[in-house]
Amino acid sequence: MAPIVRAAGLTKQVFTGASSLTILDDVTLEIGQGEAVAIVGASGSGKTTLLALLAGLDTPTSGRVHLDGEDLFALDEDGRARVRRERVGFVFQSFQLLPAFTALENVMLPLELAGNARARERAAGWLARVGLEARLSHYPRQLSGGEQQRVAIARAFAADPKLLLADEPTGNLDSATGEEIVALMFELNSVAGTTLLLVTHDERLAGRCARRVRLASGRVTSDERR
Amino acid sequence: MSGAEREPGFFATARLAMRLLVRDWRAGEQRLLALSLVIAVASVTTVAFFADRASRSLAQEANQLLGADLVVVSDQPIAASFAQHAGQLGLAVTDAVRFPSMAQSGSRSLLVEVKAVGPRYPLRGKLRIRTAESGPDVDPHGGPAVGEAWIDERLLRRLDLRMGEPIGLGERQFKIAAVVSEEPESSAGFMNLGPRLIMNAVDLPSTGLIRNGSRVSYRLFVAGASAAVAQFREFAAQSVGPGQRVEDIRDARPEIRSALERAERFLGLAALMTVILAGVAVGLGARRYLQRHLDACAIMRCLGAAQGTILELHALQFVVIGLVAGAVGCLLGFACQYVLAAVLSPVVSVTLPAPGLRPALQGLAAGFVMLLGFALPPLMALAKVPTIRVLRRDLGAPDSTGMSAYVLGVAAIAGLVLWQAKELKLGLYVLGGIAGTAAACAALTLLVLKLLESSGRGARFDWRFGVASLRRHRAGSVVQVMALALGMMALILLTLVRSELLDAWRKSLPADAPNRFLVSIQPEQASLVARFFADNGMAEPALFPMVRGRLVELNGKPVSSRDYADDRARRLVDREFNLSWARTMQPDNVIVEGRWFADADAGKPLLSVEEGLAKTLGVKLGDTLTYDIAGSRITARVSSLRKVEWDSFRVNFFVVAPPGVLEKFPASYVTSLHLPAERAPVLDDLVRRFPNLLVIDVASILGQIQRMMDQVVKAVEFVFLFSVAAGILVLYAAIASTHDEREFVAAVMRTLGASARQLRAVQAAEFALIGALAGSFAAVGATAVGYFLAERVLNLDYAFDPWIWLGGLLAGAAGVTLAGLIGTAKVLRTPPMQVFRAAS
Repeated sequence: MAPIVRAAGLTKQVFTGASSLTILDDVTLEIGQGEAVAIVGASGSGKTTLLALLAGLDTPTSGRVHLDGEDLFALDEDGRARVRRERVGFVFQSFQLLPAFTALENVMLPLELAGNARARERAAGWLARVGLEARLSHYPRQLSGGEQQRVAIARAFAADPKLLLADEPTGNLDSATGEEIVALMFELNSVAGTTLLLVTHDERLAGRCARRVRLASGRVTSDERR
Repeated sequence: MSGAEREPGFFATARLAMRLLVRDWRAGEQRLLALSLVIAVASVTTVAFFADRASRSLAQEANQLLGADLVVVSDQPIAASFAQHAGQLGLAVTDAVRFPSMAQSGSRSLLVEVKAVGPRYPLRGKLRIRTAESGPDVDPHGGPAVGEAWIDERLLRRLDLRMGEPIGLGERQFKIAAVVSEEPESSAGFMNLGPRLIMNAVDLPSTGLIRNGSRVSYRLFVAGASAAVAQFREFAAQSVGPGQRVEDIRDARPEIRSALERAERFLGLAALMTVILAGVAVGLGARRYLQRHLDACAIMRCLGAAQGTILELHALQFVVIGLVAGAVGCLLGFACQYVLAAVLSPVVSVTLPAPGLRPALQGLAAGFVMLLGFALPPLMALAKVPTIRVLRRDLGAPDSTGMSAYVLGVAAIAGLVLWQAKELKLGLYVLGGIAGTAAACAALTLLVLKLLESSGRGARFDWRFGVASLRRHRAGSVVQVMALALGMMALILLTLVRSELLDAWRKSLPADAPNRFLVSIQPEQASLVARFFADNGMAEPALFPMVRGRLVELNGKPVSSRDYADDRARRLVDREFNLSWARTMQPDNVIVEGRWFADADAGKPLLSVEEGLAKTLGVKLGDTLTYDIAGSRITARVSSLRKVEWDSFRVNFFVVAPPGVLEKFPASYVTSLHLPAERAPVLDDLVRRFPNLLVIDVASILGQIQRMMDQVVKAVEFVFLFSVAAGILVLYAAIASTHDEREFVAAVMRTLGASARQLRAVQAAEFALIGALAGSFAAVGATAVGYFLAERVLNLDYAFDPWIWLGGLLAGAAGVTLAGLIGTAKVLRTPPMQVFRAAS
């Protein structure tokens, strides 16, 4: 199967005055279509930075990332935005819903940005699939944490991404709610055939993925497949 | 996602922008911005409407004194082409002939000023007559009928005539049909000398009085729409021949010119303050908008929106906000100018010109300049917000949230101020005052925070924490103090300083301002006239010597009216000047160049020249002027230029020499005095005793100026209401600007176990410090700007009150603390988790 993500020699350094800090050190990684991969590691191991680079949310000091055949860092910011719009969905630890928008409007937003004429119906459909058909016109502050994350998941899937990136999706949830969210994500993933890449330090969540990549001090220390 | 979806086109983006706008509006995100814009546009529009309508009507009101908007004056019959041209322009036209003549009744005769008037006279202002000796004044709607004469009270009394009796003029007898109690022109110009007799122009030839060599003044009166009047003025100025001139009220009466100019400055000032305040409010609104949209933009970038799309989305939203708020502001301004018109209508008898479209466009343009000035730089930054912000919130506040984002906005405000000021000096003073206050504010706030750092140790928890919180957000604190100081400075300027300035203006023309001038008092009569007033229980008026001379040379070169293009300059050169001498300067004069005569200058050929006259004639400090006085010449050097407050109604002279220079020439004396209405008969006694004296009644022109002042004060106060609204909005915006952050800090402290009382104390400490700083800066700034405006722009005496400073400090601290605590009361009631959830 052709890899959907191909990262080669990814290095990220930050310069603080005279000294520099290496956050990610020469990471090379391939992820095939339909895979479910967990990136695990301690706090500060570089997980989130790797995720940001794979999504083109940040630029590396050196190295390349090919996402679905596109060389991300050969593109400009807008080019990367287009790749994300067409192929990537996100689920964040802190949900990142727009507080001024209702649940429905939050899910509609990526569809509207893509100029989808049927944004409303599709968004409502996805909210129904995550069990929130009764909450369409609620604002984020009127929703529980689990419900907010469901809205975020509906938003991530609404645009039919090839790759779903999740950054500690259960980090802000209690364990029971976290379970539900994880179950929902994997269910939708299997139906949609999306590639799933998640960053977590929750071993149980990682355990549900067929492949686990472990990071320590910015380097890949193990890459296990079940 | 299907491959058919591409970058959304413009219309799709526009539709999305509108949807986003509606969603944001529902959440209240743009209300502050929109409200600031509405106030900015409404105030600029109202003031523009005022300038457009009301100030024109004030000028027209002043024209009542002239009887027309424009008068062509000639010593020969005026060519018919003038009246034809005026008719073609749609102007109302009438004419009059004025000349001195002897009126007879039996054996008695008296020199009178005859005015033979055409139909429709007067075009502006009103004649008021009495047809019965003790009857009420009525408006005759036109001049006397053929064969009738209207005369003034003095003539009736001097010739001992009754209503209905005949009065002889030349070869004719006229029936006295009415007594004139008020007429236009009565005081427009000092040339109205003897008692007035008004007759119908049709009767003129039959009197046989108009012959070659008679001193006749032909007058063509013109009135109508101001654009047409301006066109006619241009035509007339080019077409007048020798012995002809064009006059409007500003030429006729320097007093009116001064008063109108000051009125316009007051209004301009009100408009400037509003523009600045509304601009600050728009700036704060845009800043808040940016801060609250950073995350949203990062998420949209993350969801794949291109920078251009984000820029387009927000720019479209801003344009719509600008258009809608602008339209609302225009409508509000349009409604307000009706209120303004109603305020003025009791005193302005002329119909206000219809409001035009221009003021609305001016308001809209001002609104857009402000909005784009403040919103564009943050918008560019917003589009570039790093997407990594969705993962790492501490990253990615774009640079231009700092001071640099305000450069364009501040430039926009400065541009608007200079545009609105119309007068560069006023605009620069106001801008300088504001910029100085802002810079001093920033520097002193930083200094105070620095000083408090060391003194803070060992202080109470709430104070220490409050100060620390301000220091942590140094830039934010400085912006907040600056905004609050500007808002409060405007409020202080508008309340205390405004009333002091308006009072000073009113005081410059008190109720007992001189309303009569006595002219041609002979030297030997001077002491007798003074004693006459003392004997009648009145104050002895100060007498000023006056010598009449013609300007013949400037710097040794002959002067001719042909050398000047300017109409006023030509007339000045053609006419005799009134020269005077004095040891001390009149109290309402100000030296603008050079210096007033020292005692040692007595006898030296020096002159002090009025600034306006010098400018008109091109006379500079150090030039020499040669006058021909009664056949002999005197040359003197200009040693100072003076500014004269003509609207003080004191005796003033364009040209003054030190003592010992002009005494050898034949002089007469002149004085001005206040004569209460009930003492009017005293002057009849005076004139009977000294028949050569001329009494000039300026009561009506004085009343006109006082009425104008009252109108303008009312109008200015009305316009200032906008500035107050804008000022309050700025205060609100400044306090609201830190609301989110305060909420978060409070939630953290609540989590750590702080009580509501402790939180309130911390916030009170913060607000009190900010308020005290802002209040003191505001008070000092307001008195400084007030002083400069009074001294340099409005030429008024301004006594500032140092208590305002203490008051500013205390009121600032108390007001901001109170407003701040009320504004953040909700912060304390919000459960911390809710705050964290909203912030996450």
